[in-house]
Amino acid sequence: MVIISKETRVIVQGMTGHQGTFHSGEMIKFGTNVVAGVSPGKAGTKVNGVDVYNNVIDTLPLKPDASMISVPAPFVRDAALEAMENGIKLIYILTEHVPVHDTMELYHEARRKGVFMIGPNSPGITVPGQAKIGIMPNNIFRVGDVAVASRSGTLTYEIVKAVTDAGFGESTVIGLGGDPIVGTTFSDIIRIFNDDPQTKQIVLVGEIGGNEEEKAAKYIKEHVKKPVTGYITGISAPPGKKMGHAGAIIEKGTGTAESKIKAFEDAGIKVASYPDDIPALLRK
Amino acid sequence: MNLYEYMGKEIFRKYGIPVPDGYVIENVGELKKFEYPVAIKSQILSGKRGKAGGIKFAKNAEDLKTYSEQLLNSTINNLTVKKLLIERMLNIKKELYLSITLDRATKQPVIILSADGGMEIESVPEENIHKIYIDPMVGYSDYIAREALSYLPVENRKQFSSLLESLYRAFVGEDALLTEINPLVIDGENNIIAGDSKVIIDDNALYRHKDYMITDPDKTELENEAASKSFTFIEMDGDIGVIANGAGLTMATMDALTLHKLKPRNFLDLGGTDNIEIVEDAFSFVMRARPKLIFVNIFGGVTKADTVANGIVSSKKKFDIKQQIVVRLSGVHEEEGQKILLESGIKAFNNMTDAVKELSKIQGVE
Repeated sequence: MVIISKETRVIVQGMTGHQGTFHSGEMIKFGTNVVAGVSPGKAGTKVNGVDVYNNVIDTLPLKPDASMISVPAPFVRDAALEAMENGIKLIYILTEHVPVHDTMELYHEARRKGVFMIGPNSPGITVPGQAKIGIMPNNIFRVGDVAVASRSGTLTYEIVKAVTDAGFGESTVIGLGGDPIVGTTFSDIIRIFNDDPQTKQIVLVGEIGGNEEEKAAKYIKEHVKKPVTGYITGISAPPGKKMGHAGAIIEKGTGTAESKIKAFEDAGIKVASYPDDIPALLRK
Repeated sequence: MNLYEYMGKEIFRKYGIPVPDGYVIENVGELKKFEYPVAIKSQILSGKRGKAGGIKFAKNAEDLKTYSEQLLNSTINNLTVKKLLIERMLNIKKELYLSITLDRATKQPVIILSADGGMEIESVPEENIHKIYIDPMVGYSDYIAREALSYLPVENRKQFSSLLESLYRAFVGEDALLTEINPLVIDGENNIIAGDSKVIIDDNALYRHKDYMITDPDKTELENEAASKSFTFIEMDGDIGVIANGAGLTMATMDALTLHKLKPRNFLDLGGTDNIEIVEDAFSFVMRARPKLIFVNIFGGVTKADTVANGIVSSKKKFDIKQQIVVRLSGVHEEEGQKILLESGIKAFNNMTDAVKELSKIQGVE
């Protein structure tokens, strides 16, 4: 188990919205300790039985550890800065289509303040048996020892379900987000999975764009003894096209699936050709 | 969003970066009396315009008209020239390279400089390229220009410093992913002028820059129309229409087809929806791409399998779809969904591998 637990006290910024209401409800059902919601102008209302406040500062008496940010893209920068300024050390951003200049600023501010930032454009983090901050379906998990990190949403659920159906369970599942800049990268998370005693095996689901898979592969080659299984999407992607995720783009010949698959293979990572192949590779 | 040269130069002008005097025309009737010689530059989003014959020079009004007529509506590098930029010709003494881009690896803006301008930066030797990284939370400061000047043969230091600061302000202010000046021209009077512009604006920030909300010239007509309905739809040259949910799963679907020597006609991410009409909209775009066969690959979550199944059945009727539809439905409400399809004579598979095998069988490429 890493990053979050049953004890993690979570606030949801944007809880009164459609997504915030639905997903905070699902999080509570999963066992997450949601202590407050924040929506400017909505103080005094309740969502899923949880009190809503106007400002993050108003929730500080409840000692929040983490914030889920589910506000429209134009307001993400402001909401995340508010959470960080108020001392919250774990920030998860669900929202898609955040301008990359905003994310770039949040990334550097988070590093400076020692804040663990997940996303944007991420399905969040789930620790089966403990807590979930995000939007992953509740019923695909089982407590276990496989840690999964991915840049996708639906594809992650598909893979996690296949892993669970094959008799395995998960220690932690994290969606890093589909944007060109995200708070937590493969090379950050691989260090955490490597140090986590519950995690015995690691699955990395990467895609075209950027060089984070290559950086993680280098670290794995040098430091990780746990078995790692990888899968990369985008072998069929034409260069210069954004394949649904803002970050999934081959630019000037860099960020290709071939480069990432090669880096994985060089690092001794077992590479799946299809998502369906992953459970079999975990057994090897 | 890639901007045309003339749009990039409008941004440069707005931020005080010197650009040559000029104007844009769409037909020769718009030609004006101007100081000769002039450069006539085809406005297309493609490198190597000059080599492909997209840039011409005119010494008088007669040449200007002749060349403009030649270039307008001609095809250069597979693109149709719809606009020309007519500019005062520069007296070029030196050509430098200057750009600011977003470095994904370090997650910060980087200034890229070279004394070798006028050619593609990719063909400049590594040792002649200099990079200066900027902390976005700290921003620009004058030492950056001093460092930049140590790499470049520039006499007019004051003008360069102000230009570099302006370019950084434009990069941040316009939510650019790239602001490139190549060549950055030093003329006979030691003035520094942007000879060309290449600007890419972050699509996700277009709500802050409504001026650029034009039809994306890099996209096909169908892709632009789909984008206006919030679908990511990408046309490809195969024959299997693809509808899947989630960008990652859609990519994985196309990869699985490719690995089986099957060719996708398109990428279409249905996204998270529980609305039959959105499924129908997705089909309308795929059908307009005229696929030979259709593959729908859904892992149900927020997008429920039975909703998609109902959408498939209604689309089949609505668009009179004769092509075979191969469906894989899994996840939330998969049993209900499969039952709905079976009643309409469509067999749904439970996993992707079996569905792709079925497609191979139909296409005869086992």
